[in-house]
Amino acid sequence: MKRILVGIKRVVDYNVRIRVKPDGSGVAIDGVKMSINPFDEIALEEALRIRERGGADEVLAASVGPADCQQQLRTALAMGADRALHVQADGVLEPLVVARALLKLVEREQPLLVILGKQAIDDDNGQTGQLLAALWNRPQATYASKLELADGSARVTREVDAGLETLEVDLPAVVTTDLRLNEPRYVKLPDIMKAKKKPLDTLGLEALGVSPRQQLRLVRFEPPPQRQKGIRVKDAAELVAALKKKGLL
Amino acid sequence: MSARILVVAEHDGTRLNPSTAKCVSCAGTLAGAEIVVAVCAADAAAVAAQAAQLAGVSRVLTVENPANRHALAAVLAPQVVALAAPFSHVLGPSTTFGKDLMARVAGLLDAPQVSDIMAIESAQRFRRPIYAGNAILTVELAGGGKVVGTVRAASFEAAATGGSAPIEKVALHLELPTHTRFVSVSAAKTDRPDLQTARRVISGGRALGSADGFKILYSLADKIGAAVGASRAAVDAGYAPNEMQVGQTGKIIAPELYVAVGISGAIQHLTGIKDARTIVAINKDGEAPIFEVADFGLVGDLFQIIPEIEKLVG
Repeated sequence: MKRILVGIKRVVDYNVRIRVKPDGSGVAIDGVKMSINPFDEIALEEALRIRERGGADEVLAASVGPADCQQQLRTALAMGADRALHVQADGVLEPLVVARALLKLVEREQPLLVILGKQAIDDDNGQTGQLLAALWNRPQATYASKLELADGSARVTREVDAGLETLEVDLPAVVTTDLRLNEPRYVKLPDIMKAKKKPLDTLGLEALGVSPRQQLRLVRFEPPPQRQKGIRVKDAAELVAALKKKGLL
Repeated sequence: MSARILVVAEHDGTRLNPSTAKCVSCAGTLAGAEIVVAVCAADAAAVAAQAAQLAGVSRVLTVENPANRHALAAVLAPQVVALAAPFSHVLGPSTTFGKDLMARVAGLLDAPQVSDIMAIESAQRFRRPIYAGNAILTVELAGGGKVVGTVRAASFEAAATGGSAPIEKVALHLELPTHTRFVSVSAAKTDRPDLQTARRVISGGRALGSADGFKILYSLADKIGAAVGASRAAVDAGYAPNEMQVGQTGKIIAPELYVAVGISGAIQHLTGIKDARTIVAINKDGEAPIFEVADFGLVGDLFQIIPEIEKLVG
C-alpha cells in the first residue's frame, strides 16, 4: 500500500483579525471561525493529486489536538482523504510533541511520503516538518513549490530566499508546502455527506507513548506596537520633497 | 552561569550572509554571553575570516567537508549538533536556510526551539511574533536545558565589524546522510541590492497588472539604488518571482524606506514591513488598508506617479 500521510492543524481562519485578551493570558478565539491551516490544505491537495495520478493508493489525514480537530478532519475527508486519525490531546502542544505523535503514526502506517504545511498561521513556528524528519532520520524538503515522485525518490523544488532550489530526496521523506505548490479544491456538498461515512479513528496522545511535556512557558501575550498614521500628500512632487527632507532620497 | 551561544553562519561558500551579523547582534543583547560562530562549508576560510571580524564574537569554529558545498539541512544538522554540546543556546537566522536547518537541529537535540526571536529578555526569556505579528508572545524556558532559536533579522541591527576573533578548525568524524541531494538552484541575476538588507525597497502589487508593469518599478529602483519586492498577489499572478515576496510567508524586511506601489496592504503583507523606518503608499484606492500604516500616502494612478517620481529624483 503506497500511503501518504498529511498533517492537518485546526487554526483560526485566515480572514479573522485576532485580538489579544486584555489580561495578556492569550488570544481571544472563542466563537471565531476555525479552519484547516491553509498550508495543510495545500498539503492535502498535493497528496490527493498524487493519488489521482496513481502515485499513491491512500491518503491519510492526521491531526493532533483537542476533540474539535475532528471538524477539520471531516473537511479533509470531504476534500478526498481516504481516512483520518485524530490524536486526542488538550492544552498547549509544542511542535516537538506534535512531531513525536506524528512519528508514532508514521511507524504504524509506514507512509511513503509525509506532507505537512510549512508553518501554521497561528503560532507561526514552522518547525513540525523538520522535527519529524529529524526524529525519523529521513530527508526533509521544506517550502515545496513543486513535487515530482519517482520510484524510490522525489524531486522537490523549494522556494528559498535565493530563488528556486531543487533537491532529490530518497523516500520515505517529509515535504512541507509553500503557497504556490497548488490551489486546493473546493469541497462539494455530496462529498461532505460521503465524508461522514469515512473512517475517523481517535487515539490518545499518551496511549501512543508520547508525553505532552511543555518546555516553553507562555508568559505573556501582547498586542504589537501600532504605527502612527501618517499624512497624505497631494502629488509626486510633494512626496519627493518630503522624502528628500527626511534624507530618504 | 553565563550563556554560551553558538551562532550558525549562513553563507554561499564565499560570502557571509548579512543575517549572521544580525544573529550575532541578537546574541550580544544577552549581557556576558560568550558568542561563537560556526561555519560549516566545503572551504571555510573566506567565510570564517568575515565572521571573525564581527564585533562580540569570541571564536569562530570551522567544519570543512565537501558535503557542505550546498547547504542541506539534513547534512548540516548532525554537524551543528556535534558542535553544540558545550553551548546553552544555538541560534540561526530566520531565513529559509535557518528555518529549514535549526528545527532539524532542535529535533536531533530533543530541545525546544523559539522561532523568530525579536528580543532576548534573559537567557531563558524571549519575545516572538505570532499570528502574523498580530500578537507578541513572551516565552520562558521551563527546564535548564539547551534552547534552539531562529532570529528575526528585521528586529536587529547588524553587528559592527572590526573584531579579530581566533578561527579554530574542528574535525568531526560523522557519517553524514546521503539521502538528500542538491540538484540545482535558479536565481535571477540582478545587480540590485539584496531585498533583505537593502536600505530602500520598492514593492509592487497586483495593480501593476503584468510582469511588464513591474518595469517602471525596476527603473525607479535602479535610479535610487533600491531593491524591488512584491506582494503575494503579484507573485501568485506571475508578475514577479517568488524570491521577491514580502510578508508573513515571504521575506520580513526592515529598510529605511519602503514604497508600496499598488499594494492594498493585507495583514500578511504588513507583517513583513512593520519594522520599516518610513513607509510610503501609492494606491488608487484611498481606502486601502496600506494607508493605515503609511507615513506618507499618495492616492492616484501609479502608472503616472512612478515615472513622475523617477523624473523628480533624477
